[in-house]
Amino acid sequence: MSWLLEKINGGLVRFFLIVVALFWLVPTIGLLASSLRSPDDMSASGWWHVFSKPSQLTFESYQKLLENSDITNSLWNTVLITVPATILVVVIGALAGYAFAWMEFPGRDWWFLIVVSLLVVPVQVALIPIAELFGTIGLFGTIFGVILFHVGFGLPFAVFLLRNFFAEIPRELLEAARLDGAGELRLFTRVVMPLGGPAIASLGIFQFLWVWNDMLVALVFTKSGTQPITVALQTQVRQFGNNVDVLAPGAFISMVIPLAVFFAFQRQFVSGVMAGAVK
Amino acid sequence: MASPATAGVPGTPADPRPRGRKSVTGTRKSVAVLFLLPALVLLGALVVYPIGYSLIRSFYNANGDGFAGFDNYKAIFTDDGIRTALKNNIIWVVFAPTISTSLGLVFAVLTERIRWGTAFKLVVFMPMAISMLAAGIIFRLVYDQDPDKGVANAVWVGIHDTFAQSSAFPNAHPGRDSPLKPYQGGFITTATVRTGQTVALPLVGVAPDQMPGGAKSAVAAKPDPAKITGTTWQDFTRGKGVGRLGVPDPSELGYDGMRIEAVKNGKVVASTKAAADGTFTLPAAADGAQLRLPASNFKQPYNGVDWLGPTLVTPAIIGSYVWMWAGFAMVLIAAGLAGVPRELLEAARVDGATEWQVFRKVTVPLLAPVLAVVTVTLMINVLKVFDLVYIIAPGSSQDDANVLALELYRKGFSEGQPGIASAIAVFLLLLVIPVMWFNVRRLRREERR
Repeated sequence: MSWLLEKINGGLVRFFLIVVALFWLVPTIGLLASSLRSPDDMSASGWWHVFSKPSQLTFESYQKLLENSDITNSLWNTVLITVPATILVVVIGALAGYAFAWMEFPGRDWWFLIVVSLLVVPVQVALIPIAELFGTIGLFGTIFGVILFHVGFGLPFAVFLLRNFFAEIPRELLEAARLDGAGELRLFTRVVMPLGGPAIASLGIFQFLWVWNDMLVALVFTKSGTQPITVALQTQVRQFGNNVDVLAPGAFISMVIPLAVFFAFQRQFVSGVMAGAVK
Repeated sequence: MASPATAGVPGTPADPRPRGRKSVTGTRKSVAVLFLLPALVLLGALVVYPIGYSLIRSFYNANGDGFAGFDNYKAIFTDDGIRTALKNNIIWVVFAPTISTSLGLVFAVLTERIRWGTAFKLVVFMPMAISMLAAGIIFRLVYDQDPDKGVANAVWVGIHDTFAQSSAFPNAHPGRDSPLKPYQGGFITTATVRTGQTVALPLVGVAPDQMPGGAKSAVAAKPDPAKITGTTWQDFTRGKGVGRLGVPDPSELGYDGMRIEAVKNGKVVASTKAAADGTFTLPAAADGAQLRLPASNFKQPYNGVDWLGPTLVTPAIIGSYVWMWAGFAMVLIAAGLAGVPRELLEAARVDGATEWQVFRKVTVPLLAPVLAVVTVTLMINVLKVFDLVYIIAPGSSQDDANVLALELYRKGFSEGQPGIASAIAVFLLLLVIPVMWFNVRRLRREERR
């Protein structure tokens, strides 16, 4: 009897989770299917009709999109913003993290506490002041300005994460390298950075996705030639309805890299997200 | 990173070293400064300076040339637009984190019992990797009002029509020389009816694709001396000269399911529904009444829910947020769950506790610290929600969906009100200060160990 009950329970659990998984999958499938239909088909019927009429599948929208120089430029801008912003955060964060973990200087703990307290500062606080600052010094509308902003707001987490990770490096390793005559910089590049691999990977992936996916910062600090893909698509959303053929494939293209990163580095991404929970 | 989620600040491994870790290298201070300088300069210029600037700016007027006291802060609580934003933010902070965390908890516990748990987690966690913009576009499509395009309404209308099947005849109206006249959104016979009579209730104008699927050729009703019988049908035949006006022809369809009421002195004395061939029968009680086809027969087909209209737009966008962040809660909670000693759960089961009791009395209390961290983290996150609202809410209901972060953006960058925008920024900062303080205190406690 209880055996039967258990069987029914197990079945219910499975059924429930399948329904939930569908809830999570269908919206994304809808976007993909929409991006693979012609505008005429889209305005005539729902995307699910593509399953009964596979002949509707077409790469037409993607083709048109990739001929649209606004979109391709903005995709390239996304890369130009994301890659340097990620590398800079990792390098600058690692330098500071190492100093906080293994160097002695007055007020070290206090400085570190200040950095930790900055973890939760909302980016919104900086939008107006930095927009004015960038306007004054000529960085407004430049890709470099956006990169700087992302680095600034990525640093508290980077320093926090890497300092904690570096502090776990066994002292003997560092001392041994020191005895071999390694200088501070050599110690950093040859011992600390390689040992910090897992944390640096987590941080890098986390920061990469954060910047790649950002819209708000770029919305404020870029202008028409320097917009990343998120901002370029955002302008299209204003006329939602008659431009699904731009929005759906555009959104999907913007998702491809993050999804690839996600599937390739699940483990690092998860630990980055977990550590980033404070953000 | 070792099971970071079990700590209050995830990712903070308890530092095992005694305080006062010595520099391994006897570094000169100048070297330390060089290592720190880039980070500190950038943090100072891009994070600390703006806090001070916003604080000061929030006390000045729109142009920045006159001291405004607390006027900008007052505006947060008096300006109608900002108050809506504030109200919505409260709704967000109360519901979005709790719903996401509860779902995350349920998923984390249930996935432990199935073999494809990892695949499931991957599916639910995946939205974390995509941008809020992409998620916004995805849900703009989901929430499309037209049930033929938006999957949410397609499903909703499907369910609705399954349970509340209505035979509706939109746009039906009397034709030439009709015995019916319009009445309160429906139609009523001009004359009263008698038992033994057969009544014809012809209408025209229902599009062929909107006729009920079961409708059959209309037939003339047989008279019954003790009852009133009749037919209601689409009195229209394509092609001229075919079919006669006011008489059912085989090529004409009956109004399957049409509701007919007999009305005497304003009261309904009898009612019935037409059969597939349009025929109906009313009891003798209807003798001397007028026959009415009430308005409910002629309403438009159910068109689903206006997800992005003024009333539902915030819950709808919260739904998309939950879609993005429930996976985050699930993964953190699952990591916490992995640290729960199995023996405790087994012991409770051996003692005869049901699964629900184990969940309620053992699992949840043990996970309480993780649940708290997840909820607080999501609350901070929700305070800043911007992209989803900006993208999903259509222009017409963006005011109704407004949140503080969006209002800050509008005030600061399109309405020329940097003073008020700065006040909103400071207000947001004040709201996260308890968490800031909590993080710092935790860290100091760990350092002291």
